[in-house]
Amino acid sequence: MNPIVTTVLQRVGLGVLTLLAVSVIIFAMIEMLPGDFASAILGQTATPETVAAFQRSIGLDKPPVTRYFEWIGGVLQGNFGESFSSAGALGGGHAKTVASLIGPRLSNTLFLAGFTALISVPLSLALGLLAALYRNSIFDRTVNLVTLTTISVPEFFVAYILMLILAVKFPIFYSLANVSPDTPFFERVARTALPAISLMLVIVAHMMRMTRAAIINLLASPYIEMAKLKGLAPSSVILRHALPNAWAPIGTVVALNLAYLIVGVVVAEVVFVYPGIGQLMVDSVAARDIPVVQACALLFAMAYILLNLLADIVGIVTNPRLLHPR
Amino acid sequence: MTAADAVASIQYHMGANSKSAAKSLVAAITDIKADGPNNVVITLREGSADFAAIMSDYHLVISPAKSDSTSDWQSGVRTGPFVYDRFTPGVSAKLKRNPNYHRSGMPYFDEVEFLALTDVAARTNALTTGETHFMSRCDLKTVHLLKRNQNVNVYELTGLGHYAFPMNTTVAPFDNVDVRKALKYAVDRQDIVNKIFLGYAAVANDNPIAPSIRYAIDPLPKHVYDIDKAKFHLKQAGLSNLKVAINVADAAFNGAVDTAVLYKEHAAKAGIDIEVVREPNDGYWDKVWLKKPWCATYWGGRVTCDWMFTTAYAEGAAWNETFWKHPKFNQLLLQARSETDDKKRADMYAEMQQLVHDDGGAVVLVFYKYVSAHSKKLAHGRISSVFDLDGLRIAERWWLT
Repeated sequence: MNPIVTTVLQRVGLGVLTLLAVSVIIFAMIEMLPGDFASAILGQTATPETVAAFQRSIGLDKPPVTRYFEWIGGVLQGNFGESFSSAGALGGGHAKTVASLIGPRLSNTLFLAGFTALISVPLSLALGLLAALYRNSIFDRTVNLVTLTTISVPEFFVAYILMLILAVKFPIFYSLANVSPDTPFFERVARTALPAISLMLVIVAHMMRMTRAAIINLLASPYIEMAKLKGLAPSSVILRHALPNAWAPIGTVVALNLAYLIVGVVVAEVVFVYPGIGQLMVDSVAARDIPVVQACALLFAMAYILLNLLADIVGIVTNPRLLHPR
Repeated sequence: MTAADAVASIQYHMGANSKSAAKSLVAAITDIKADGPNNVVITLREGSADFAAIMSDYHLVISPAKSDSTSDWQSGVRTGPFVYDRFTPGVSAKLKRNPNYHRSGMPYFDEVEFLALTDVAARTNALTTGETHFMSRCDLKTVHLLKRNQNVNVYELTGLGHYAFPMNTTVAPFDNVDVRKALKYAVDRQDIVNKIFLGYAAVANDNPIAPSIRYAIDPLPKHVYDIDKAKFHLKQAGLSNLKVAINVADAAFNGAVDTAVLYKEHAAKAGIDIEVVREPNDGYWDKVWLKKPWCATYWGGRVTCDWMFTTAYAEGAAWNETFWKHPKFNQLLLQARSETDDKKRADMYAEMQQLVHDDGGAVVLVFYKYVSAHSKKLAHGRISSVFDLDGLRIAERWWLT
C-alpha cells in the first residue's frame, strides 16, 4: 500500500481513539461541575419537588455511567441528543435537538474562520517570506514590530478599538455582526468584516514569524549556500529551495491558528455579538445545558485533531524523508 | 381563546408532577373549571384578596387547549401582542404583530426583535450607532457619557427589586434580636449606594416592600448608620464584641462581594468583626443560599405585600430565607389575605412591615434602579416599575415617532 495512505489511516485511527478518550474526560469534568441543569433553569425560586420532577423528565436521575454510554452510543450514530433548555417551554414550540442548535452556529463559526483564514494565511505567508528575503531591513523590522504589537494587545481591546474607529467614528462597518441564516452573502461579509479583521490582527503575527523563522533557519544550510553560489536570485533561493523544506513547520502553525479560529474566538463573538459556537458553549455551560456543552467540546476536540492531522500530512507529503523512517 | 384554554393553561402548572416555577402560586387553587365559553370559575382553599394580582405572574400565560383538554404549550401560540417569526435561543427573538390581539389598535410596531447583547460595550455601541433602539442595563460607570449623546434618552427607575443580606434567625448569634438590630445599625447604606451602585439605587430601611406598592410604609425608627445604637444593642445582647461570617458571591447580585467588604469596614467601628467569605458564583443558590446562616440575596420584588411576605417571610415558606417564625406576623398574614376592608388591611400590612423591620432577619440594603437608554425615535407613556423594560411590556406599549 502507498505509505502515505498507511500513515494517514494510522493517524485517523489514533485520532478516533483520542476522541473517545476526550469524550470520557469531557463527561467526567461536566459531572464534576457544581449545580445542575434543573436548579440552574428553575433558578432561585425552585422547590425541591420541582427540581426532582424536572430531573426525572430529562433523565438526570440515572447513574452517570449509564448516561455516558447512552450519550456516546447516540453520538456514534450521529445523534447528539436533545438540548435540555428546549425541553422546557423555550424553543418557540418543539424540543430542539443539539444538532439543530449547533448546526447554524457551527456554520457561522466556520464562515468567520474561513473568511479570516482567507485573508490571514496568504497575508502572513507573504509577509513572512518577504521578511525572510529582506532580513534585518527596515521592512522586516516594521512588519515584526507591527505584528508583535497586535499580538501583544488583548483581542477584545483590538476589537473595541476597531469598533470605535471603523463603526462609531467612521461608520464604514457594522458594530453588530448579528447575522442570521437569511442574511444575504454580501451583507454577511460586510457584517463579519470587523471580527475577521480583529482576529486577523491576532493570528497574523504567529504565522508570519513562524514562516520567517523556518525559512531563515534553512538559509544557514549548506544546500542553500550552494544555491547561492550557483548565482540564483534570492527570491528563487527562498521560493524553490528553502520553502519546500519549510512547509512542515508552517503547516503546523497554520493548523494551530485555524483551530484557534474555530475554538477560541468567544471573546470576539461576544464583543461583536456574532452568533458563533463559542458563545453557544459559554451560554450552555452557564445554563448547565449538558448535551450542548458535551457536543461543543467534542466538536472542538475534533477540529483540533483533524487540523493537526492535516498539518502532519502536509509535513509528510512535502518531506519524503518522513515517509521512510529508519 | 376560550375558557377551556385558560383552564388547561392554569392546570398545566398544578398537580404533583408540575415542573412549573409558578407551582406555589397556583397551590391555593382547589378547583378550576370553565363555565360556558367565556367564564372561568376558580375555587380557592382560603380567601385571597390579591389573587387577581397573582394571576398577572409572567409564568401564567394562556396557550391553546388540546382535544384532551391539556395545554398545548409546545405550539408557541399565546395570547400576546406578537407572534413568533424566528427564535434563536441565546441570539435573538424576532416577532411579528399579532393581528388578532385583544387590545384594539395595539401593539404599535409591525415587527420587533429582541437581541441578546451580553457585552455592555457592544450593547452601548449598537444603540449609539443606530443598530438598536433600546438597551437595558446601561454601564453605570460610563452612563454619564451616554447621557451626552444627542440621539439617546437615558432613564432610571426605582423598581420593586431589592438586594439584601438575610440572616438565619434560628442560628446563633442571629437568633438574638438585639444582634440582628446591632447589625442593621452597623451599615452605612448611603455609602454602599454611592460607592457600589454609583448612586443608581435607593437606600432601603429593612422593609422589603417598595414604596410604590400599595399599603407600603416607611417604618420608624429608620435604620441608618449609627455606631452608638449598634453598640447599645450589642450590649443588650450581652456581648462586647461580635464575630460573624457572611458568605457572598456576585451571583446574588453584581457587587455583593464589594458590598460585604464595605459592610465589614462600617461594622468594625461598632466592634463587630465580619468575616467576608467569597463563594463561587457557580452553584451559589444550591450551596450557600438557604444553607449558610448569613449570605446575600436579590429579589425582583412582588407587586403586593401578601405576595412578597408569603414568598419570603411566612413561616414554612420554601424561600423563607431568614427562617423567621413570628406568630403575630403569620397570624396577621392570614387575616389580611382574606380581609377586604381597605382600612383594616392597610393597618395590618403596616404592622407586618413594622415587625419585619424591627424583628426580621433580612438586612434590606437598597432598592436597585433600572437604568435603560433608548433612541429618541422611540416614545412611551408612563413606565411601569414592576420589571425592567416597562414591566416587560415595552413591545406592546412603546411606539416610534
